[in-house]
Amino acid sequence: MMSASILKLYNGTSVPRRDIPELPLEEFLRAILDATDHGWRVSAYFGTPDGGDFRLYCLLASKAEGVLGLLGAKVAADAALPSIASLCPQVSLFEREIAEQCGLAIEGHPWLKPVRFQRPLFNGPGKGVPEDKEPGVMDFYQVQGHEIHEVAVGPVHAGIIEPGHFRFQCYGEQVFHLEISLGYQHRGIERFMIGGPHPRSPYQMEAIGGDTTIGHGQAYAMIIEALSGTRVPARAEAIRGIALELERLANHTGDLGAIAGDVGYLPTSSFCGRIRGDFLNMSAVLCGSRFGRGLIVPGGVGFDCNPQQAGLLGSRIATAREELANAVDLLWNTPSVLARLENTGTVSEETARELGLVGPPARGCGLNRDIRRDHPFGIYRMSQIPVVTATTGDVHARTLLRWLEAEKSLDFIEEQLRQLPAGVYRNNAGAIAGDQVAVALTEGWRGEVCHVAVTDETGRFGRYKIVDPSFHNWQGLAMALRGQQISDFPLCNKSFNLSYCGFDL
Amino acid sequence: MIRAILARAKQGHRTTKYPKEPAQLPELLRGYPRLNSAACPEGCRECIDACPYGAISRTPVLSIDMGKCLFCSACSRACSHGAIEMTCDAALAANKREELIVREGEERRMARALDAKMLALFGRSLKFREVSAAGCNACEADTNVLSTIGWDLGRFGIQFVASPRHADGLWVTGPVSENMYQALLLTYEAIPAPKIVVACGACAINGGPFLDSPECRNGIDNIFPVDLYIPGCPPHPVTILDGLLRLLDKMG
Repeated sequence: MMSASILKLYNGTSVPRRDIPELPLEEFLRAILDATDHGWRVSAYFGTPDGGDFRLYCLLASKAEGVLGLLGAKVAADAALPSIASLCPQVSLFEREIAEQCGLAIEGHPWLKPVRFQRPLFNGPGKGVPEDKEPGVMDFYQVQGHEIHEVAVGPVHAGIIEPGHFRFQCYGEQVFHLEISLGYQHRGIERFMIGGPHPRSPYQMEAIGGDTTIGHGQAYAMIIEALSGTRVPARAEAIRGIALELERLANHTGDLGAIAGDVGYLPTSSFCGRIRGDFLNMSAVLCGSRFGRGLIVPGGVGFDCNPQQAGLLGSRIATAREELANAVDLLWNTPSVLARLENTGTVSEETARELGLVGPPARGCGLNRDIRRDHPFGIYRMSQIPVVTATTGDVHARTLLRWLEAEKSLDFIEEQLRQLPAGVYRNNAGAIAGDQVAVALTEGWRGEVCHVAVTDETGRFGRYKIVDPSFHNWQGLAMALRGQQISDFPLCNKSFNLSYCGFDL
Repeated sequence: MIRAILARAKQGHRTTKYPKEPAQLPELLRGYPRLNSAACPEGCRECIDACPYGAISRTPVLSIDMGKCLFCSACSRACSHGAIEMTCDAALAANKREELIVREGEERRMARALDAKMLALFGRSLKFREVSAAGCNACEADTNVLSTIGWDLGRFGIQFVASPRHADGLWVTGPVSENMYQALLLTYEAIPAPKIVVACGACAINGGPFLDSPECRNGIDNIFPVDLYIPGCPPHPVTILDGLLRLLDKMG
């Protein structure tokens, strides 16, 4: 069905920039609408300077065809980009981001507000955002009425949590609407990447979100490998897969414990808090860092996994499986816990689809999407991992899903440890090709991690776009709160457990 | 109920015995550097050039600034003479910024206890308000982990609290983004004096991976007087706990 206006490519590859169809703006927007109408998703949509004007790129993903699609358009710096957010809500935040980063005027956007309160990414073209923007100061959506009140929370929260601002419109205990304003964690990562790769780039990529060191590290490595034509040894792919699933296990376990804690069920909360650490320690067995720092390097892995390490991991996985099952099993056998999880924070499948949710929040609504299977990369091209979904879209679905995914990850790691391929664990990455666009998607524990690099004629990054799964999912949390009691916010929030720094970049 | 009790029995008592017994650390942990300038050939810059954050210098003895170091071990891998090794020693915290610089031949300067007056105030009960100021959630996670049953920070009288009004100290992670600067200052001001400030992780000490970002302030060193610097990217929980226990004179 797709027109010739989209260049199809596979995950982890790069294409010459000139091969990407450059459409007239109207046709470009129509192609995005047409594709999303036919089940494609928007993985990335961003602008980059091109002479005195801007070039827009849109990366689409088709599960049905197992391919990605790229298309481009040119827009003059003083022209207005017509918004298609009303017709295609999943691009809404991308359009806001383009307005903020490029200073482009967006015409007809229903919800045009700051995304990160950042200065424009590119000096020169574009109108620019006023310098005096203060984080969290914007026009929040307000509900008017006799007994309506507003609750403002953050940026500093009541725990060891990242900062963000939440604005609730409440009627008594009931939340009519939640609006989330972020940007407090903005460190300028995409700005750093311009002109790269720099010697510091790998460190910054691993710290986009520290809890997703492997997910983002792998995406960055895939970009470099695609641009330099570097082959990754089979042994390295297997170790990367083990690391990615360990990351998933640590975080899912932590979330299971935190969800139990938020409904006041301390046994599972306590046990999972400790078992999470066991998984982090397994990552440290591989590379010395509990978060996998330095493990993923372009061309392979920075550390081999010798038979002793593999044996140690195998026995620790077996123990952790037993203890995690024991801890989590308590949840399903405690009616007071289930009563708090069921029918709380429900997102409908339709809403999830429209917003373009990814990861566990999407799969919890019955959306069967997972990059590991739909656009396989690395080891997942050889070894499949079953994708789990739930249907109810509530906190219970997102909790159950985490446990079921953890089980699959445990199986996967055991399988990989048994059959670790022999050979080298790292190849040297070569020189980076110029005038290319490279795409890399991974399935981090929160969902789809997307990196897109556009190189200039000398092989430096003209633009490096990062889309953390949280970028797609924060609006899902806002929708989950509609009609809920405000006291259920922590529980709903935990069931999404989104990244502030991954969003803020 | 019976299931929960059985599970409790199965899961057992698993709190670390540290500091009474040595901590169990991963073999590959990259911790306190061991330097040997005698191995360095004339004019060799292998380690210095390998560090993208300028943590290493040679004058002519080697030194590493643990405040800038991300403990990636690129230096020791680049060195073909065995002059730098990152050991499995997790005791890294210090009281002063300059004490984070490990210079060969100089005495090791670990974190010291608070003075008698502060120790009388906080030695038995120390409450922190944590502020993540553009942290990547790794330092936050490994600070958080200390409150789990695996570490049980509460047994030392240390606790993280919700309100700065209830806190004795400020615990900062992250390089301090411009967008968090104001909120960080307000939180500091809200804590009653006298107060303690801890910079946890490379970002809070010196900007970490985001050193010299125009969107950040290279950590809190130029913002507040700091009582404890905890190096690492992120620091291992043992590094954090070790620093805290030294500060409160609880290692013995």
